[in-house]
Amino acid sequence: MRYLPNTPAQQKEMLRSIGASSIEDLLSPIPSKARLSRPLNLPAALSETELVVHLRALAALNADADDHVCFLGGGAYDHYVPSPINHLISRGEFLTAYTPYQPEASQGTLRTIYEYQTMIAELTGMDVANASLYDGASSLAEAALMAHSATDGREQLVISRGVNPLYRGVVATYAEGPNLRVKEVPLADGTTDLGALKKAVSGKTAAVIVQHPNFFGCLEDVQAAAGICHEGGALMIVATDPVSLGLLTPPGALGVDIVVGEGQGLGVPLSYGGPNLGVLATRTDLVRRMPGRLVGATVDRDGTRGFVLTLQTREQHIRREKATSNICTNVALCALMATIHVALLGKQGLRKVGELALAKAHYAAESLSKIPGVGLPFAAPFFKEFVLRLPKSPERVVKRLAKEKILAGIPLKPYDRALKDCLLVAVTEKRTRQEIDAFVQALSQAVA
Amino acid sequence: MANYPTDLKYTKEHEWARVEGNRARVGITVYAQEQLGDVVFIELPKVGTKVSQMQAFGVVESVKAVSDLFAPLSGEVAEVNAELVKKPELVNQDPYGKGWMLVIEISSPQQADALLTAQQYEEFLAKGGH
Amino acid sequence: MTGYDKLIFELSAPGRVGYSLPAPDVPNADPKALLPAKHLRASAPELPEVSELDVVRHYSRLSQLNYGVDTHFYPLGSCTMKYNPKLNEDMARLGGFARLHPLTPEAHSQGALQLMWELGRDLAEIAGMDAVSLQPAAGAQGELAGVLMIRAYHLARGERRTKVLVPDSAHGTNPASTAIAGYRVVQLKSDAEGGVDLADLERNLDQEVAALMITVPNTLGLFEPRILEISELCHARGAQVYMDGANLNAILGITRPGDLGCDVCHFNLHKTFTTPHGGGGPGAGPVGVKAHLEPFLPTPVVTKSDDGYELDWKRPQSIGKVQAFWGNFGMLVRAYTYIRTMGPDGLRAVADNAILNANYLMKRLEPHYDLPYPGPCMHECVFSARRQKKLGIAAMDVAKRLLDLGFYAPSTYFPLVVEEALMIEPTETESKETLDAFCDAMIQIAREAESTPQVIHDAPVTTSVRRLDQTLAARQPDLRWKPGRAPAVSDTRV
Repeated sequence: MRYLPNTPAQQKEMLRSIGASSIEDLLSPIPSKARLSRPLNLPAALSETELVVHLRALAALNADADDHVCFLGGGAYDHYVPSPINHLISRGEFLTAYTPYQPEASQGTLRTIYEYQTMIAELTGMDVANASLYDGASSLAEAALMAHSATDGREQLVISRGVNPLYRGVVATYAEGPNLRVKEVPLADGTTDLGALKKAVSGKTAAVIVQHPNFFGCLEDVQAAAGICHEGGALMIVATDPVSLGLLTPPGALGVDIVVGEGQGLGVPLSYGGPNLGVLATRTDLVRRMPGRLVGATVDRDGTRGFVLTLQTREQHIRREKATSNICTNVALCALMATIHVALLGKQGLRKVGELALAKAHYAAESLSKIPGVGLPFAAPFFKEFVLRLPKSPERVVKRLAKEKILAGIPLKPYDRALKDCLLVAVTEKRTRQEIDAFVQALSQAVA
Repeated sequence: MANYPTDLKYTKEHEWARVEGNRARVGITVYAQEQLGDVVFIELPKVGTKVSQMQAFGVVESVKAVSDLFAPLSGEVAEVNAELVKKPELVNQDPYGKGWMLVIEISSPQQADALLTAQQYEEFLAKGGH
Repeated sequence: MTGYDKLIFELSAPGRVGYSLPAPDVPNADPKALLPAKHLRASAPELPEVSELDVVRHYSRLSQLNYGVDTHFYPLGSCTMKYNPKLNEDMARLGGFARLHPLTPEAHSQGALQLMWELGRDLAEIAGMDAVSLQPAAGAQGELAGVLMIRAYHLARGERRTKVLVPDSAHGTNPASTAIAGYRVVQLKSDAEGGVDLADLERNLDQEVAALMITVPNTLGLFEPRILEISELCHARGAQVYMDGANLNAILGITRPGDLGCDVCHFNLHKTFTTPHGGGGPGAGPVGVKAHLEPFLPTPVVTKSDDGYELDWKRPQSIGKVQAFWGNFGMLVRAYTYIRTMGPDGLRAVADNAILNANYLMKRLEPHYDLPYPGPCMHECVFSARRQKKLGIAAMDVAKRLLDLGFYAPSTYFPLVVEEALMIEPTETESKETLDAFCDAMIQIAREAESTPQVIHDAPVTTSVRRLDQTLAARQPDLRWKPGRAPAVSDTRV
């Protein structure tokens, strides 16, 4: 077995030094009643070559974004992933290290996290970002718990129906333990109904939560929502798409207290939805209520600059049941992908990505909505994603376009029954005019 | 012993109280700050907060440890040492002086009888301190 | 000294680019024409402007400041830092997996769904459970999902229990997850042998207790010999038993959490099942349950029928979702690859060799370091540096000296029940030669503690930085780079 190096002779020698006659001797503390008396019922081992054939066959059953033209979004996007990312994150020194508990032997990881925190703070316009959480949805849930504690235990969360329904599901799960009540605010023409929001916020509200751009692609009036939120003494939480922030006004400039987001678009592979990259950034005065790890700069004995995990007393390994969160393992390697991605794209590239996605999405929306019977139900400004109303069942349209190797979008029926004739379409900077035109043509035929 | 001034009263959670009339100044002992190591952060209540004897009123943190702070006496917080926010090291450097944390306006003066004298506290420490 | 002290921001030069993007190919590409001005960023974020080579060299050099399993023996107790097979990486990067969108219609994701269904089935068999959810992103999220399922189970039976018992030797995630799930945590004492103190358990096991969380083998590396009695006792009082599967590596094919009477158990795929730790994640924390808890699994659940595989959302008693999508699929591909590589006999050999390695190492080090809980141990052993502490050498000093001698350090100061703890987990993928070299280094340090302690106090001297000022970092948090601010010491060594 290629992963088990000890030879039978070595095993014997080791047992001799231990003073045991067999490995079975070492298992004496396990009650015999509890022992498994048969081999595990698992498929037999495969050689490397056999296994590659098997997994290639499984992979080939999937309609991936290489073989298909992908207009799917809803929280995961087919963005540009520059080549160096995979090469660099595959270096064993990054890939096979663990949490930098011994900082002197982990300066590589610690420095990249410090860079990551800086980049996220810059993009979001906030003071401080943590070292990552699991995904956008759990980041949002963690932010809600953070607001609950920062408002001295207020128990109501006011959440816009423009927030990704899958995220709202995760918030509901995390709200179960501390018994937080979740109040949903409806949309008016694709964005949060500010009148309804005003009615929903009270002195019991811990946080107001909106997504911007929202699940349906529309841009929210975050500043107005934050104003209403702060009048009630609650914290304003915005779930955002960091890819948009090279171009769009950062939430930090709009009065937001906690910014969360899904960082997958920053160089992390789609990978069927995970691992993703949970982003969380906030203001300096809330730093001790933040979940997750933080890296800080310091100096060593000789006065040389170095980096360490810091403010660890917030975390579960020290504060146990009183910790700000239970998170331990995060997604450091995905944060590294994002760091390298942002480094490569830099100040200009990220803006260009935003401009290209914006322009192509608008070209697509305009072209698609010219198809007879097809329309745009919402008039609000949007970034790279929009809702399309179809004259035929979106499920059937999606099925038909898949035959032409086009992943047309997400049918919205499971998420909002009022939009059961709608499709959510995302257009990233990677889509070409040719691909969009082909989509338009295929859709015209499908709905004709 | 100078480590535990005789004009102070002590708790088994290692806080001290200096009763001056109807007020008591509160901090943590030399022993407590030694056990914690370098203090990096202290969370204190706002002036006006009600505190109860042996209930937590705040938190003190070192790099690798965190500990609740317990009120030696019940009452209302009259003063808070704001300097500790910027200079938590004062707790290590001068725990009975500049490292003070709160002044409590005492509501039940007789509660002081339940606290330890310097001698009793030192005996308590000699037995392990917990 | 490696002597590289740059941050990417410090390499920036205005106008330099490291990307390749196409020119706009659609009309009307001016953002000002497409969006109201208030939505457009007033000024560009302060991000680096660097070339592709700048980036490649910078991160290559930073990587060289790290120790990883690929470069160093990494005996970090409780973390199971075993070799991460390269084949796993290749398989996770196949386009059909890595480039698959999570909302691709199920009919076009059959390969991914089949892999998930089979992995769930295999994990259930390995743990002796009836059903598995692959959704939790890491062990701590698996714990949260597991405890929420227990909560939902009790509530469905009309019981509102309020407490969860957690031994004092448990990982910090156990009490933290339990508290987030809305329970009061009651800490149980360890007995003199390092197991659960049965009397303390009996005393605390009242009608308010929803569950006991237990780690088997425990964090001392010891198998809990009375686990069957403990489970029976809990069940008799209506409490569920949650097993923290962090140490599953030790019992693969030998015994199973389900056979030990546990009702729920999470798996750390990044420990037992060789997915790489990535400098702190991503991991994956699937959670397995017995049949009575199956209705409460997170949604959706992957099911199989004659029509193929699908995501089943119609589960009215489910605790709901814990991640936006279906789990850390990239990690699931790696774990699946590993399980299919090893097969049943291979996995059993993993546990045997992990136990053999830990016992061998324990035997060699026992004369030199105190062993508060004598073995035989399972997959790891916990020494105390209290003998060295009397000479002024703490566990942390031993750890720092090991870095100079070419090894990563064991876990230190955990579990909390051991003074000056050094928790060593060698794993099965290390050879006797490596273990001997590590033991030689540990023995050398024990001798140095007596003869030349200064060399230990000075350590590390071979790493890129020496001991770092943690107090300064916490008192004056500097959590992000700012333009124009000079580094603490100007860098002249590049």
